[in-house]
Amino acid sequence: MDTLSTLGPTELPRRGRNLHRFANPGRFLRISGTVLPWLAVGGVAITAFALVWGLCFAPPDWQQGDTVRIMYIHVPAAWLASAGYFSLAVCAVLSLVWRHPLADLAAQEIGPVGAVFTAICLATGSLWGKPMWGAWWVWDARLTSVLVLFFLYLGQIALIRAFDDQQRGYRAAAILALVGSVNLPIIKFSVQWWNTLHQPDSITLTGAPTMDSRILWPLLFAAIGYTILFAAIVVARLRAAVMERRIRALLLARVDQQAPA
Amino acid sequence: MTHWPYIAASYAIGVLLPAALGIAAWTRSAAARRKLRAVDPRLLAREAARRERAA
Repeated sequence: MDTLSTLGPTELPRRGRNLHRFANPGRFLRISGTVLPWLAVGGVAITAFALVWGLCFAPPDWQQGDTVRIMYIHVPAAWLASAGYFSLAVCAVLSLVWRHPLADLAAQEIGPVGAVFTAICLATGSLWGKPMWGAWWVWDARLTSVLVLFFLYLGQIALIRAFDDQQRGYRAAAILALVGSVNLPIIKFSVQWWNTLHQPDSITLTGAPTMDSRILWPLLFAAIGYTILFAAIVVARLRAAVMERRIRALLLARVDQQAPA
Repeated sequence: MTHWPYIAASYAIGVLLPAALGIAAWTRSAAARRKLRAVDPRLLAREAARRERAA
């Protein structure tokens, strides 16, 4: 809000004008206020449906038995850990190149949510690894690269809050998000580039899935449900951040008016 | 050996952590909305006009 008001129309980068049109915080609050209830209810309903399906009705794996049910939590969390960081990198580009006024706030709110989903991925992976591999943790390429992703999230969260000048914090965090995005293809291809204990991808864009459809469908629903839930949490946090910024600006303006000249 | 304790722990983590995040976000958003309603002159004026219309 206050960031936007400091930029006159002539100061906006030519190619970024459309982006700024959609970055108006008032418009964001209006649109998100309509969308958020649908996202929240849809996310909770689809996730609950998928988890009950996966836990109670999906068949056990011929090799792993019932332990495969951990996949309905672990795989969506892993997908959202990477997707969350990718969205941080997109916010970083929007912030550094076009000075998009909501990009920094969005990055600030996506970071903790992405970190929690990465932690869920690591914890459930560990709970899956113990009965299958006999170890809670191995220094395998996939596991290690996801652990690095978790630390990148923590670094991003810490950097935003590390400076007195918040703009410097946002800038440093945006640079870290961009540099850290190099880790995303490493996570994706780690199971192909190195011999890992972690199994290779069962679902790819180019080939047919290597799992039974009775296991695949609840997994897809869980992934969709968790993704909508992730979006709902981020939108709710972003709405709160926009309103808090507005409150701060109003209170500061009030103090300025009351201060003796 | 049963693997259900591992499965139950995974589901507990997968349900409780996102739920905690969601509740925290909702609470924070509701508190911000309340505070904004108390300090924003435009919202205050709008609410006063609405009250006047109702009366």
